[in-house]
Amino acid sequence: MSAGHEVAGTPPAKDGAEPPAREGARRRAGAGRWVVFAGRRLVRLVLSLLVLLAATFIMVHLIPGDPVQTALGDQATPQMVAQRRHELGLDLPLPEQFWRYVTGVVTGDFGRSIVTEAPVADLLTTRFPNTLRLAGPAFLLVVLIAMPVGLFTAVRTRGGRGRHVRGWFVNVTGLLNSIPDYVLATVLSLVFVVTIKAFPAAGDEGLSSYVLPVLALVAGPAASLSRIVRVEALKVLDAEYVRAAKARRLPTGLRYWRYVLPNMMTASLTYGTMILAGLIAGTVLVENVFGWPGVGTVISQAVIQKDYPLIQGILLVLGAAVLLLNMVVDVVLGVLDPRSRLGEL
Amino acid sequence: MAALSVGDLMVRYGSVTAVRGVSFDVAAGSVLGLVGESGSGKSTVARALVGLTPATGSMRIDGADLSSRQARRRVQLVFQDSRSSLDPRYTVEQCVAEGLTGVRGRAASARVAELLDLVSLDPAVAGSRPGDLSGGQRQRVAIARALAARPDVVIADEVTASLDVSVQAVVLNLLRRLRAELGLTMIFISHNLAVVEYMCDDLAVMFDGRIVEYGAVGEVIGRPEHPYTRSLLAAVPEIGQRRLLSESDVEASAVTDPASAGGCAYRLRCPIGPAANPEREICVTTEPAATAAHAHHAACHFARELDHPVGPRG
Amino acid sequence: MTAAFRGPRPGRLLSGGVPLLLILLFVFLSVAGPSIWGEAASASNVAEANQSISAAHWMGTDDLGRDILARTLVATRNSLVLAVVATIVGGCVGIGLGLLSAMSRRLGRALGALINVLIAFPALLLAIFFAVLFGIGSVGSVLAVGASFAPGFARITQTLTASVVSKEYVEASRVLGRGPIYRTFRHILPNIAEPVVLYSTIHIGTAVLALSGLSFLGLGVQPPVYDWGRLLNDGLTRIYVTPGVAIAPSIAIVLAGLTFNLAGERLSDLIAGRRSAPSARRSQPRPAEPAPDPAGDGGGALVDVRHLRVTYASADGRVTTPVRDVSFTLAPKERVGIVGESGSGKSLTAAAIAQLIEEPGHVEAERLRFMDADLLTPDDSTRHVLGRNMAMVFQDPGEALNPAIKIGTHLIEPAVIHLRESKPDAKRKALDALRAVAITDPARRFEQHRHELSGGMKQRVGIAIGLMGEARLLIADEPTTALDVTVQRQILRLVDRLGARTEAGLLFISHDIAVVSELCDRIIVMYAGFIVEEAATADLLESPAHPYTSVLLAASPRMGLDKSRPLVAIDGRMPGPDADLPGCYFAARCPRADATCLSDRPPLRELADGRRAACWHPLTEPGDVPTSEGATI
Repeated sequence: MSAGHEVAGTPPAKDGAEPPAREGARRRAGAGRWVVFAGRRLVRLVLSLLVLLAATFIMVHLIPGDPVQTALGDQATPQMVAQRRHELGLDLPLPEQFWRYVTGVVTGDFGRSIVTEAPVADLLTTRFPNTLRLAGPAFLLVVLIAMPVGLFTAVRTRGGRGRHVRGWFVNVTGLLNSIPDYVLATVLSLVFVVTIKAFPAAGDEGLSSYVLPVLALVAGPAASLSRIVRVEALKVLDAEYVRAAKARRLPTGLRYWRYVLPNMMTASLTYGTMILAGLIAGTVLVENVFGWPGVGTVISQAVIQKDYPLIQGILLVLGAAVLLLNMVVDVVLGVLDPRSRLGEL
Repeated sequence: MAALSVGDLMVRYGSVTAVRGVSFDVAAGSVLGLVGESGSGKSTVARALVGLTPATGSMRIDGADLSSRQARRRVQLVFQDSRSSLDPRYTVEQCVAEGLTGVRGRAASARVAELLDLVSLDPAVAGSRPGDLSGGQRQRVAIARALAARPDVVIADEVTASLDVSVQAVVLNLLRRLRAELGLTMIFISHNLAVVEYMCDDLAVMFDGRIVEYGAVGEVIGRPEHPYTRSLLAAVPEIGQRRLLSESDVEASAVTDPASAGGCAYRLRCPIGPAANPEREICVTTEPAATAAHAHHAACHFARELDHPVGPRG
Repeated sequence: MTAAFRGPRPGRLLSGGVPLLLILLFVFLSVAGPSIWGEAASASNVAEANQSISAAHWMGTDDLGRDILARTLVATRNSLVLAVVATIVGGCVGIGLGLLSAMSRRLGRALGALINVLIAFPALLLAIFFAVLFGIGSVGSVLAVGASFAPGFARITQTLTASVVSKEYVEASRVLGRGPIYRTFRHILPNIAEPVVLYSTIHIGTAVLALSGLSFLGLGVQPPVYDWGRLLNDGLTRIYVTPGVAIAPSIAIVLAGLTFNLAGERLSDLIAGRRSAPSARRSQPRPAEPAPDPAGDGGGALVDVRHLRVTYASADGRVTTPVRDVSFTLAPKERVGIVGESGSGKSLTAAAIAQLIEEPGHVEAERLRFMDADLLTPDDSTRHVLGRNMAMVFQDPGEALNPAIKIGTHLIEPAVIHLRESKPDAKRKALDALRAVAITDPARRFEQHRHELSGGMKQRVGIAIGLMGEARLLIADEPTTALDVTVQRQILRLVDRLGARTEAGLLFISHDIAVVSELCDRIIVMYAGFIVEEAATADLLESPAHPYTSVLLAASPRMGLDKSRPLVAIDGRMPGPDADLPGCYFAARCPRADATCLSDRPPLRELADGRRAACWHPLTEPGDVPTSEGATI
């Protein structure tokens, strides 16, 4: 290594890129930097939402065969189909249909279910909060379990130490990871509902109804997040600044609290978001097992019945929830870790 | 032997200009040294010459333009770190053979053996992987690979920076011998001025994407005209000199960013500039131009004032 | 060392042969299952319908009286084949997208943004979306799961490719005139293959779970075709009547998921193991030979090191010894430099004194003292002595600062903790310290984070932190190696000035003998974990006694070299920490070596007036450079 260490890299190589980074940091100093940061995130969110809208819109048009014909069944006469197409606005030019679709969604009109003819929006407003009531506590639990377990295992398995701990950790988390939530849900209800009769069988009947679904949701994600936390913690524990803190003889507790924890947060939280997103989707399956009145119990039925407005609505709401969540975490990271603001810009 | 001519070379990365109009000629069979701090653009010049970075300006070898991919092969680059410049999955023979064109099979193996011999490597290493070699051996493999393309110009970018000092000399001696035997034209990039003095005929000092001083290596090091060159020379640690702790040519400030456009980019740190002599407003208002008319020149408004020869030995 | 003991590893059995056996079992079931149990699986027997677990039907029967165990075994083929196909579909699409986005700059931005959006969506949501698009059934669900995997594959391929593309060997290939297709197939793909294969293996397991999930929702394969998810779905509807029928498909799904998960784990261990395993032979290093003690008994010394040895035990029981035998003392206010090439053990020597060697590293010494503290048996008071009186500056000025906290916090901490100062006092002192290291606008810098500082400034902060205690010793480990020469000069001047002001001793580690000679009173030269020579700076530079020192001096380029002569050089490399030689470790490269040098280790002997060298044939004449013949090329 040398003073003129100019490793040629990708275009923004060290040679040319250092000055701009520094100039950039100066230019964006203070509150202005925050506005730029938040603005970019917002633009990204809006763009992603548009992609989501376009995808759900195009979905219906890409399906082989005529969805109206399919929905009405074989007995429907061409006139009936044409009539229905006109009612649904499917005979309009595509851009106009998309415009009507977007304005509808923005004003809270998600159309009507083909099967029940009920407004999709009503169904979503009653069911979606139930889904969140499962996913939210599950996520909290995942973080509360994974963070300490991952960090503890990392400390115990540094530098090839604690091979037994590592072995057990890898195998147990591997096993938990391999049990899909719906299988775990099935087994749990088999044991606790059918055999022991400790918990209510299905539906939402107060606090005790939460236990099994949340447990089924938490096990896998907690295992995978604690693996990620361990890997991230190992990286941070080997960082030069942790060594430097040790050289300054800072007490162990302070070292972990101020040097290790904040630095492993960034990556862990990023993965954590993906896990929370996965949890929202995971509820779809678990709700089916426990008959939980969320959107999950509806969607499989809707897909089988080809109830496209309903599918669109559910995918939109779940997708938007995921995107919003990502944005929130990005902003939280921006507060916790100033680097993540600059790094992305 | 071939002469390299570079005119008004510019490299931009987005809104950033890394090289701002660099021109120089390297006479056939001679060695030009490029020195400067990190971020001065010296490696970017090298990357632009071999086509790794898009650039504007003219690049010619013996008058022939260098813009096609085939023509580019006439210029070869040896990278700083042989650990990353050799594919860990290749054998030494495969590494070197990658530089060959139009030769296959036994002829290629024979040529590789020849090249390995040329860089003083035992042909028996042909079957080993880069990871099994020492740093000096790896760097010689990289040199052999560059020579396989039969280049007219070889650019050595910090080739000894990741080597230990006892091995560094092996590689430097090799490059000097190759230059003499093959008549190579070379650009030698280094942060080590002593090495540059030993290896080169001419010397260009770069700062903030420009050449601020240019001349025969003995001239530039013996009679530096630009204050940056002088600070650079004064900062070179040398065995038993204890010069670093002296007060000579200490920069005016520790600012690391170059000054913004409009004046001399070095003015914030310059020991004789406005930071030390506030009346020298011209440094702030006017960008100094290099007077390329004569052999040794510097881009400094007050270059002429440095008439007293202060070399490192002086 | 406890390294020799290797207990049975709990994970060994699971992560070793078992996944392989399970994969073989699954392959066998997929191939032979339908022909062995096909009949039993499809033979309906209404009389035995909806039975629970029994001797005749171990896992019960379904509503047509078909044996669930047989059906589960038969379903292996469908479940696994569909999973493999889905992984291949997702892998091909994703790897293609990832390669494209990493290699083309324009397209890369757009594709990268798309991948970023897609990867945020949970795979199941994507799978449902695609299941609607492709239709319900085997083909639809395979395509749906494959499509939902594509963003993940694209991301990992993109990341890996980006890291390989920026490698210099790919650039070198470009410089040699090779086209993008050659580069992709000869350099990039081979170098990303291992992790991608690993990722795919794990994803076969994930695909089993995902496909079963779709089937479970009724969106996967449709009757009469069935897979594990379908069986589980059927079982679930009867869970309150005959609970046992959900067990067989559950076990199958979990086992398949676990198998591919563990297989991936095992593969990654293999890859990592092969990467890290040097082709070194096992060696049991012999105990250090007793060498005479350094001059004086070390009384009143700031640092007193006798026969220091640092060993590392790797997981498979190999022991390496990067520091073999180091003895020296450092008097108060003295400035000592340790010079050596990379791997000579100089930094680990410093780390051992600073108590920074961590498991699996192990420090042994006859004596290791700092001031009054015995570092071999550290107690609570040792911590405060070290915290207060020893300061350390690291090589990479940026990495040594915590990116998550303010510059100021770094400075305040030692004063508050070790000197029990109040925060306002400590802050005042911190601002003074920043001023002392010539940082302009200290109040603003105090509030900043490390990414807002330049390299030179970060190193100044590193030194300022050292000023916050009552340092009696500053250990500087290659503090200027990463910096430009003009910045290096500033830092060295700073170290010199502050050293004079605080009267602290200095232990300066560097590979550059010129830098060390600028600052230090005494120089220690290390080679292969040994001190080979130690002398006052002027003596060492004037008349080196050890041939290595002499070569080091002669090979260091200096201004005004005679350009008509080749440089002094010695080829070869230093014996690594795993080497175990009976004689002198430099002998193989030494022009003066004879048979004695190869068979007997030279002790570090006192030659004259406080200079020591470990050589059987020390140089006596000044300027007696042991080179020229055979050593240069």
